[in-house]
Amino acid sequence: MESDTITAISTPIGEGAIAIVRLSGPEAIEIANQLFDGKSLIDVDSHTIHYGKIIDPSTKQVAEEVMVTVMKGPKTFTREDVVEINCHGGLVSVNRLLEIVLAQGARLAEPGEFTKRAFLNGRIDLSQAEAVMDLIRAKTDRAMNVALKQMDGRLSQLIQKLRQELLETVAHVEVNIDYPEYDDVEEMSHQMMIGKTREVYREIERLLEVAKQGKILREGLSTAIIGRPNVGKSSLMNALVHENKAIVTEVPGTTRDVIEEYVNVRGVPLRLVDTAGIRETEDIVERIGVEKSRQVLKESDLILLVLNHGEELTQEDLNLFKAVEGLEVVVIVNKTDLPQKINLEKVKELAADHSVITTALIEEKGIDDLEKAISETFFEGDLDAGDLTYVSNVRHIQLLKQALQALSDAMEGMENQMPIDLVQIDVTRTWEILGEIIGDTVHESLIDQLFSQFCLGK
Amino acid sequence: MTYDAGHYDVIVVGAGHAGCEAAIASARRGAKTLMLSMNLDMVAFMPCNPSVGGPAKGVVVREVDALGGVMGQVIDKTYIQMRMLNTGKGPAVRALRAQADKPLYIQEMKQMLENEANLTMRQGMVEKVIVEDGECKGVITETKAAYYAKSVVITTGTFMRGRVIIGDLSYESGPNNQRASVSLSEHLEELGIELVRFKTGTPPRVNSHSIDYSKTEIQPGDENPQSFSYETTDVITDQIPCWLTYTNEFTHKVIDDNLSLSAMYSGMIKGTGPRYCPSIEDKVVRFHDKPRHQIFLEPEGRHTEEVYVQGLSTSLPEYVQKEMLQTIPGLENAEIMRAGYAIEYDAVVPTQLWPTLELKTIPGLFTAGQINGTSGYEEASGQGIMAGINAAAKALDLESLILDRSQAYIGVMIDDLVTKGTNEPYRLLTSRAEYRLLLRHDNADLRLTEIGYKLGTIKQERYDRFTEKKQLIEQERKRLSKIILKPEAELQAIIEEAGGTALKEAVKAADLLKRPEIKYELLEKVTPADKELPADVKEQVEIQTKYQGYIDKSNQQVERMRKMEDKKIPEDIDYDAIGGIATEAREKLKRVKPLSVGQASRISGVNPADVSILLVYIEQGNVSRVANQ
Repeated sequence: MESDTITAISTPIGEGAIAIVRLSGPEAIEIANQLFDGKSLIDVDSHTIHYGKIIDPSTKQVAEEVMVTVMKGPKTFTREDVVEINCHGGLVSVNRLLEIVLAQGARLAEPGEFTKRAFLNGRIDLSQAEAVMDLIRAKTDRAMNVALKQMDGRLSQLIQKLRQELLETVAHVEVNIDYPEYDDVEEMSHQMMIGKTREVYREIERLLEVAKQGKILREGLSTAIIGRPNVGKSSLMNALVHENKAIVTEVPGTTRDVIEEYVNVRGVPLRLVDTAGIRETEDIVERIGVEKSRQVLKESDLILLVLNHGEELTQEDLNLFKAVEGLEVVVIVNKTDLPQKINLEKVKELAADHSVITTALIEEKGIDDLEKAISETFFEGDLDAGDLTYVSNVRHIQLLKQALQALSDAMEGMENQMPIDLVQIDVTRTWEILGEIIGDTVHESLIDQLFSQFCLGK
Repeated sequence: MTYDAGHYDVIVVGAGHAGCEAAIASARRGAKTLMLSMNLDMVAFMPCNPSVGGPAKGVVVREVDALGGVMGQVIDKTYIQMRMLNTGKGPAVRALRAQADKPLYIQEMKQMLENEANLTMRQGMVEKVIVEDGECKGVITETKAAYYAKSVVITTGTFMRGRVIIGDLSYESGPNNQRASVSLSEHLEELGIELVRFKTGTPPRVNSHSIDYSKTEIQPGDENPQSFSYETTDVITDQIPCWLTYTNEFTHKVIDDNLSLSAMYSGMIKGTGPRYCPSIEDKVVRFHDKPRHQIFLEPEGRHTEEVYVQGLSTSLPEYVQKEMLQTIPGLENAEIMRAGYAIEYDAVVPTQLWPTLELKTIPGLFTAGQINGTSGYEEASGQGIMAGINAAAKALDLESLILDRSQAYIGVMIDDLVTKGTNEPYRLLTSRAEYRLLLRHDNADLRLTEIGYKLGTIKQERYDRFTEKKQLIEQERKRLSKIILKPEAELQAIIEEAGGTALKEAVKAADLLKRPEIKYELLEKVTPADKELPADVKEQVEIQTKYQGYIDKSNQQVERMRKMEDKKIPEDIDYDAIGGIATEAREKLKRVKPLSVGQASRISGVNPADVSILLVYIEQGNVSRVANQ
């Protein structure tokens, strides 16, 4: 039996009305109970489900309304105690729930770890061992791919910068230790060390602040719908949202304000932004709309460019193609219910690498193709709607929190006037944790740093 | 034709720092041991710097001592100067370093070996190992003597295909113009052992009479010198100082002007040199902005005038070495007695070894020391004792010994070597140890004496002393954790005098000791132990109490590591039969053949997914075996 309790979101994100956060391990019930406002989960019978509220211990506020299933081992998937917390199926709520559970002491499960435990605890037949290994391989590789893809270049750069600062500090202490007579470097004092760690501490704190707003994962992929007036942009939005929020009209230019709607398309969280039609216009009201549209366009992660099947390509359409060059685009030729006047060959040529989908949104035709195209654009390939993009970022947050903890241990050590080489243990630990975020944990680089930074030797 | 020259349990080839420890450990485990050296006058010779110990290395000397080795005892009897380093830092990084008397060290060690029961010494140059049925059965010397044994330890240092280079002069040689060992190197290659070419170097030695010490700074030894060995009772107080001077812009100009003549830069040297022991040419080239480099002048002994010029390792031509010395304050008229040189040599790629230091491909054949790609007397000594212990185990069918990374620096070093290999001569650094707070020089005996006792390398009398010390520490810690100190005037005065803030309420003695300003000596004044405790007991009580938080944290990490170390990989596992492992990881695993999942996880190129898969594969208890099993 493993000694720690693991947790993960066990439903595909955003899909369906309910999402589940699952815990497994010796403290699963204890952890859930500490967060649960309802019956005592410790006293309830095994394999029962209970209504209640999850209270966030840090704010003492109600975080979620939930149903909690308590299953005591060994009659569970992993043969350990398992708790499943059912909450609302939105991305935001399940993510928050997971974070609360992690903060309470559970550890984020590695890819395939529930299955691995099930296997190691004898729950899964020996003949399935191969399958388990394949699963771990596939899930790990995918998690790594997605994590890499999801990693903001700037985040990675910032982490690298922080690590370099820590590494130089650590190397400085190391050189004091291993070459005590080497006179070229000042002895690292507590004061110098405090200055360096405080700086990094603030940066990590700031990163965590930013992570709270976690752009894509919390809010979805910012998605702009563009096209000339009356090509069916609002219909498209409606089709994706499955409810009538934007105004659909036959009069050009009636959708003036930027409207936002949050949807989930096959596991890809989208924040849809409907814009006023992009075109040159003398109408003052419409012009404000157009300017807003352009601004939004640049900030979008994904653009849905809508064309009219029943009309020839216009200069405005061509301008739109030009405007989205170099961005992630799906081209939608709508209104196939109208007789074809558009030159599809020309559209495909203009679309270049991007998908071109034909739809008749009024008749609800082609929506499946569209959703598939969106999903493929995001995952680039045959990935199903996994929770991995999501988890990998929760992972980042967890690691950042650990890094912060290690640094504050270092600072506490300095306050207690612990020798610098002991304080340095926690600084090194911080460096290692940050390395896990960007997938670099090679210990050897400290020694490389030592010999490139200082001229050492007999 | 060869003749039968005798039968032994263990043969040790080489009598350097690895060979000496290997031979003695083997003999003390009860194995009939033969030591073969090409020159018995050069036993435990120090071809480079005249010093033993230092950060990490000094801890290794104590570890060797706690396992029943001899380096600590010999240096304690022969040093000319002793210093405790890093006294201003935490206990984890304090380390002893001694300046050695080179000729005396040789004498003392030789006598130790000669007086060892079970150990035979003989002069001879080994050319071949006898391999029958894939196993090592003995060795053959150049005089055609065939010695037979159940296991053989090769500790030939930098002698294998050694080549000395000074400027454009290059000749086949071991260190200090001893004979190189060429045939053995070729023979090992024939046996399929992969070798790598490494390089190291040494500075010139000058005559002490020609040095103007008034231009240098004195570097004396400690007033109260401490000892390496737990056996040592008497310290040498009559010490000899070292001296410090510096290079300058003129020195650097000489180097710049003659750089093309340096064997390092002319392309003559192909071997990889160690970064931590660069030649002066390297230092000047790589750190061109640095206006000066430290030069330590270290006497090579009490009865010699030779002085080792530390910091000036070089392969420049002799006349350039002279020019260089003339620019350095104090050395303007220095007479070179021996020129500095670079040396290239063959080393065994250490990933071919089990953690016992036995070759995976040739059972019964062990290698230890610089031949395994390390550098340093202490590193050699640490491997030597392990190889000796394990070679004897093999011959006598006793238990072998592998130390893990939380038990000893020796464990860290050997694990690094056999798991990751090395692409330069390997030196121990404190930063290589994850748990250095546990691997202190002050607790080497607490970590390893028990093991040495079980191996038979630690004698009963010493073990009894050790047990008593351990008990005293435990008793005193227990006492301090129970005693409550009230904030009375006497105590408050003592605290105030130490620079601390006064007590507000009663406190446990142990908790008071955790304060940075409170030393055991202060605490003792208000609450003395029943009888006066020895200094090393007091030291342990203080360290263990004061840093308990950090020690506990390290222990937790060790526990996590142990879990993975305890998951053993069957020796005959077939990695090709495991589907999910990535190709690179598979190749590395097949090569390194890790003994545990923990060791596997430290191989570069084996990622966490591979480790998970390996774990599942092993746990299924259905490991597919290699065909011939």
